[in-house]
Amino acid sequence: MDFLRKKFDEIRKPFNKGGKLEKFAPAINSIDTLLFVPKHNTSKGAHIRDGVDLKRVMVTVIFALLPAMFFGMYNLGYQHFSQLGESTAFIDCIIFGAWKFLPMLLVSYGVGLAIEIAFAIYNQHEVNEGYLVSGMLIPLIMPVDFPLWMLAVSVVFAVFIGKEAFGGTGMNIFNPALIARAFAFFSYAPQMSGDKVWVADASTIDAVSGETILGQLAAGTEPGWSVMDMFLGFIPGSVGETSVLAILIGAAVLIFTGVGSWKIITGTFVGGAVMALIFNTLGVNDLMNFPWWQHLLVGGFAFGAVFMATDPVSGAQTEKGKWIYGILIGFFAILIRVFNGAYPEGMMMAILLMNVFAPTIDHYVIAGNIKKRKNRLKAA
Amino acid sequence: MSQDIRVKKGLTIKLKGQAALTTAASSRSAFYAIKPTDFHGITPKLAVKAGEEVLVGDVVFFSKGNDRIKFTSPVSGIVKEVKRGAKRKVLAIIIEAKSEDQFKDFGAANPLNLDKEAVLEKILESGSFAYVKQRPYDVVADPADSPKAIFVSSFDTAPLGPDYAYALKGKEEAFQAGINALSKLTEGAVNLAVDGSEASFFSKIENANILNVYGKHPAGNVGTQIAATNPVNQGDKVWTVSPQGVAVIGELFLTGNYNALKVVALVGSQVNNPQYHVLAAGQNIKEVVTQNAIVEGSRVISGNVLTGTQIELDDFLGFYDNVITIIPEGKEYRFFGWLPFVGSGSIHSNSKTSFAWLNSSKEYELTTSTNGEDRALVVTGEMEKVVPLDIYPMQLLKACIANDIEKMENLGIYEVAPEDFALVDYTNTSKLEAQDIIRKGLDLMIKEVG
Repeated sequence: MDFLRKKFDEIRKPFNKGGKLEKFAPAINSIDTLLFVPKHNTSKGAHIRDGVDLKRVMVTVIFALLPAMFFGMYNLGYQHFSQLGESTAFIDCIIFGAWKFLPMLLVSYGVGLAIEIAFAIYNQHEVNEGYLVSGMLIPLIMPVDFPLWMLAVSVVFAVFIGKEAFGGTGMNIFNPALIARAFAFFSYAPQMSGDKVWVADASTIDAVSGETILGQLAAGTEPGWSVMDMFLGFIPGSVGETSVLAILIGAAVLIFTGVGSWKIITGTFVGGAVMALIFNTLGVNDLMNFPWWQHLLVGGFAFGAVFMATDPVSGAQTEKGKWIYGILIGFFAILIRVFNGAYPEGMMMAILLMNVFAPTIDHYVIAGNIKKRKNRLKAA
Repeated sequence: MSQDIRVKKGLTIKLKGQAALTTAASSRSAFYAIKPTDFHGITPKLAVKAGEEVLVGDVVFFSKGNDRIKFTSPVSGIVKEVKRGAKRKVLAIIIEAKSEDQFKDFGAANPLNLDKEAVLEKILESGSFAYVKQRPYDVVADPADSPKAIFVSSFDTAPLGPDYAYALKGKEEAFQAGINALSKLTEGAVNLAVDGSEASFFSKIENANILNVYGKHPAGNVGTQIAATNPVNQGDKVWTVSPQGVAVIGELFLTGNYNALKVVALVGSQVNNPQYHVLAAGQNIKEVVTQNAIVEGSRVISGNVLTGTQIELDDFLGFYDNVITIIPEGKEYRFFGWLPFVGSGSIHSNSKTSFAWLNSSKEYELTTSTNGEDRALVVTGEMEKVVPLDIYPMQLLKACIANDIEKMENLGIYEVAPEDFALVDYTNTSKLEAQDIIRKGLDLMIKEVG
């Protein structure tokens, strides 16, 4: 690698201190540190450091997302071709899916990273890796035919208002990927909801129905999908959200590596199950009667629980708080799902709502610790 | 009387170059120094000038804030130079050693027969009071205070930490005398923490409350032991003394002399034959290091890899340090080194994004590389895993960064010292300098609250 290193050192010369392009150093640094872990040494504090860094953590999340992403691409083709009654050969499906999905991924990364780098240059700090994950999450939670320019605008809004306005990576109050989705949802409702958007070309070809299971339930019709389809993911929906199996593989990666909090994930499923059980016993309409465990399989519930709720920046940061945060997300997701007639899904709203309350949860958890300290002082 | 403490959180890092239980032939250096920078928060008022002759135990400087606290010469010789830095700050008082040590006599006595003031006065006169530090703030104690307890930790769980039972072999009597002397200084108990999993003479020490401590690093830190048994509240004072310091105080009462010689471990992957050496606090370490270690491309640390101070080759052993660690400087770019599981064999990690956990008994040869750049705080929950205190480490660090005194108080700033956050320095993903932040936070508290 010495040759590559030397070559790169030559390229980056004008960006070094005193060079002509010094101002743009954060841009070249972001490429440099992507290729090589820099040879920085400790200058104060502990003289040795752990092998982990933020890049490694973020890339672990991306690895965890890959099963959901690849299945999502395959399912794009599968839904499209099967509804048209055409052959659903694996290779055809995946090529069709890639044709639809990769442009979305490129737009998301291109626009988002460009803004991140611009901000890094403006503020003269290094580019943080947070957007590597957000940039992948955003296209995975959008419907397939969402116009690219709308996606780009949503990304701009998410990164500008959702993230940089608060101070950048580590400071944001809301999950940036969900901000992108919420922005798109409220600004471009026809492209983001209804029964025409969840399968490729559903809006242009009559034979293709783009209805989701939750949409059918809300409309009072019996969903035509088996439980196995729901679990494996052969159902319409946002690109990455359909396969619970692929999401659980990702969850296993996150929990094993410790990158995603198992407390939040478990809490969310428990909260959702409890709320759905309550509705099952009440049982007034189809959405309420939908078996509680199937509630956890459909829509964005699993994807949100594993990849969205676990964002450490916008979520609760204390260990006790993570339980409460997770349980309430599951609770509200099902509540909103059942009672929101216009749009039968609640995961996005539930997580954004709990993002707002995460600092409050932490505040009360920490207040317990402070109280213990004050009581000790009084007793002494 | 004894008590058990089990420490569940933490991390023991195994490094190559642990000292064998042998001691090399001792040698004197030409120069010794006493460095005011070793004593955080002390502004020195010099008592000697260049050219003056000093005996072992003669006062070199006082604390400007409290002239009862004296700092004395570790060697007999002639003051060669007062080394100053920016703004004429005194960095070191360098003493050229004579071939033979002459001791100033402070008079032997049995501390159990003396009253508190007499014991305190003798310790202060000899300069060994510098070994007595206080919590909160982790600074040299104020002799006017009456601490609610005194803590001594007889074992070191830090990477490549010395074995005090070995280092103090032959000084058992002095150690007991030191404990006896300390027991006069507090209304509470002297708590002596011993490694519960290993038998040593420390468990037989009298006049002390023995704490049997089990668990991972930082089980051996006094901060962990205080928090588990008698946490520091606002307004409390707890004193801590290192085991070598206890022996120095004890020897003072046994012989009447201040003896700065101690058995120090020379460790690290760059050391050829890691073992113990007899060195005085403040002794020049150039000879012992060049003779025993690879110096080229190495970092010399007075202290351990987590809390020690980087020193030059031609520098002096720190006053409180019982170990000199020499490890390689990191100088390699690692191609795609940030990929999960890459470099698991050579770089230790507490995170499961590396395979290092599969090989928990491996002794690593770590360098000074930061293994990544500093970033915003993103990951949560990782600091809690290595801090066994009942505090919220990340929230406390943020309060310190924000200089929010009330929040710092609420979150337990009085209970912590920088060394309690050494593992946070090591493990945190964002490469945050936690010890530095805590030190600045404590300094702010000293200034604003006192």
